[in-house]
Formats: sequence, C-alpha cells, structure tokens
Amino acid sequence: MSGGARAGAPPLAAGGERSAGVIEALDGRTRLLGAFGLVLTIALLKDFPAKIAALVMALTLVSAAGLSFAAIGRKLLHVEGFMIALLLLLPFTASGVPIATFGPLVVSDRGVERAISLVITVNASVLTVLVLLTTIEPVRLGRSMAALGMPPRFVHLFLFLVRYLPILRDELTRQVEAMRARGFSMRLKRHTWRSLGNLVGMLLVRSIERAERVDEAMRCRGFSGRFPMRAMRPMGMADLRFAMLCTGVLVCLVLLEWLS
Amino acid sequence: MAHIPDGVLSAPVFVVGGLAAVAALTFSLRALDDRQIPRVAILSASFFAISLFSIPIGPTSIHLLLGGLMGLILGPAIFPAIFAALLLQAMMFGFGGLTTLGINTINIAVPGALLGLAFRPAVARASVARAAILATICSALCVVATGLLVALSLAFSSPDYAASAKAMIATYVPLMVIEGLITGSCISFLKKVKPELLSPHAAGE
Repeated sequence: MSGGARAGAPPLAAGGERSAGVIEALDGRTRLLGAFGLVLTIALLKDFPAKIAALVMALTLVSAAGLSFAAIGRKLLHVEGFMIALLLLLPFTASGVPIATFGPLVVSDRGVERAISLVITVNASVLTVLVLLTTIEPVRLGRSMAALGMPPRFVHLFLFLVRYLPILRDELTRQVEAMRARGFSMRLKRHTWRSLGNLVGMLLVRSIERAERVDEAMRCRGFSGRFPMRAMRPMGMADLRFAMLCTGVLVCLVLLEWLS
Repeated sequence: MAHIPDGVLSAPVFVVGGLAAVAALTFSLRALDDRQIPRVAILSASFFAISLFSIPIGPTSIHLLLGGLMGLILGPAIFPAIFAALLLQAMMFGFGGLTTLGINTINIAVPGALLGLAFRPAVARASVARAAILATICSALCVVATGLLVALSLAFSSPDYAASAKAMIATYVPLMVIEGLITGSCISFLKKVKPELLSPHAAGE
C-alpha cells in the first residue's frame, strides 16, 4: 500500500503553496491522458491493498493541487447520489456468509465487503478526475482533445455545448421563474405535467431559433465547417515529470495487485 | 440515475460498451453534415440544461433522461449529443465516469435512437393528440430500456450485483411515468408551435 502512496507523495506534496500550481502547470493533453490512465487502472484493481493505495494516491493528488477538502467533500456527496441505492442494496442482496439479521433482511459478509470496496474505488476515481480535469477550462480541454486525435466534428460539437450550456440554463431558469411568478407550483396533477412539457418545448423552440441565428451569423463570417484551432504549446518539463510520476504510480499499483 | 461511475463495472463490460460507443459515434458523426453541428449542439445544450433541472417528487427529486425526446428530435445525432454531455458532466462536475463513458452513452442513446427511429414517422404524421400519446409511449419505453441496460451492465459485471440490479429497476418506474407525461405534452406543444422540428428533414438527419 505504501508503495503507491510513496511514489505519488514527495514531488507533488512538497512546497506547500508553491505546489498549488503543480497541476495548474500541466498541459491539457497530459491531464487527459493521465486521468484516463489512472482511472482505467483503478477500475481494473481487484484487491483491497491496491485499492486503498489508489485512494491514498488520489488524496495526495487533491492536497498537491491545493484544492479545499470541504469543497471536494461536498462534490463527493453529490456524486454518491447514484451509489446510495447500490450501496444500500448490496449488503442485503449479495450471497455470502450471513453476519447480521434485521427481521427478514440478512446482511452477508460478501455484500459488505463489496460495498466497502465500491466506496473506495469510486471515490479514488472521482477524486482523480476532480483534480486533473475539473480544474481546467472546458475550452482548453476541447483543444486538447482535438490535439489527441478526437474527430474535429465531435470537438466542434463539444465546444458549442460548452459555449451554449450556461446560456440555455439561464434561459430555463428565467422561464421557470416566470412560471413561479404566475403562481405555478409542482403538484401531482395534470396541469403540472402539461406546463412542464410546454416549458421543455418552449426551450427547444428557442434553442432552434438561436441555432438559426448563430448559423446565419457564422456563415456571414465565412464559416466553412472548420474552426481554426490554435496550435498547442509544446509540453514542458512539468508534463514530463508528471508523466513519469503517473507511470511510476501505475506500475506500483499493478505490482501491489500482482504480489497480493 | 443512469450514470454509472468509474470503479463499479468489470473490465469486459466497460470495454465492450466503449467499443460499441466508438462504433455508434463514428457512424453518426459521418452521417452528420458540418453545417448541422451548431444546430445539433445547441439542441443538445438545451436537452442537457433540462436534464440538470431537478423535479421534486415527495422527499427526493428526479432528473429527466430525455432519451425518447432526443431520439425523436435528433435521430442518430443522439449519440454524439449524449456522449458530449456525459463527457462535459464528467469533466466539469466529476459526475459520471471516464471508463464508463461508452457504456453510459450506449445505455441512454441506443434506446433513444432505436425507438426514435421507430416512432418518428408515426409521430410526424399523426394528429396532435395521437402524437402526444405515441411520444408518451416512446419515452416511457426508453426509460424502461435504459433501466434494463443499466441493470444488465451491473449484472454482467459481477454476480454480486445481480439481485441489487433487479431491485434498482423499480426506481425507474416513477421516472418512466413522469418522463412519459412530460414528453407527451412537449411533443403536443411542438406539433402545434414548430411542426417542422418533427418533419423528415429536421435536426440531425
């Protein structure tokens, strides 16, 4: 367990405030590849020691990036929303040696083990993604994806989505506020579903009209289906160091898994 | 509800899901014209905005999946639309997963694409009232299909998940009803206000 953690700890955690920029200095491509590599490896781990080492590695990344643990904790709670159902069900439904009974419900050792192992891997992966990817502007992420060979059409779609999502969210919020101002409230009756359907429909109509205006404006400026993409800066020493570190951590995790 | 995070599924399941998603994305991006990108993207942004909006139901709240509505309006362009939304969600909020991007896209987009394809001609031709009923059925079926696919992804990953997965399907029932009703009323609105959105030559085709 300490193998993975030690490989991850010193170069990143050293230096307190100065290290806040360690992740910030990384190229978008390095972050994407690093995040995918780490998360993929974590998903393949089977044994507890390696999984715990992965969680320690992820926590080290969080402190190295200088992110606040309170803010991260709030995000994790939100993420766990999906997992609650699975985590609550697992101890009762997996087959194994019974360790406790609540009336008709039997808790099995295998179920509890499964649930704990899920909490560890899911959190380790989410923390890794939060540190490496959520700290980068989506536009830079788009350019990095293009540089890594994602189809240009998809990158355009992604960049448009990034650009228009906040605008349409605002539009939706405005419409909902207007409905509330007119006395709308959610109840279990036909009127509510009718109104919500109209709301969704209206947002779609407005977004289609917006798309037409955008399309016309872009054609006026000679858009031919391609965006000029600025070339990316070459990768620096920070990227090389991070790549080596990631490889080291991955090797340690795999070795740990293999040995136990 | 349908976003399986990293670290839950076994490798064969998320690898197969990833490969299937790459195939579907390649096919549908090829079918798309460069000029349609802004339109598809802005529609996707509004679908995404709607799915982020939480609808309070009793003590909890739910989020719409919109697979059926997207299938009816976007056609095969539903694949890049959902993939881009899931990617953005994973990268912006850390919600969802990276290794599971493919399987999550497949679980939501395949029912939408297939049922959208099946229902769209009838919805386009039908009267307003009939179109609303058809859209309700289409989107309710989509929710059920997505629920089943999520349960299957879990069950194929480990026998320990099988029983939990079966129980989780029950949680999709309220969503099925609500999403069906909202989609039905949305389609009846669109048939009256913007019928060309459902005509054969719209959005992603």
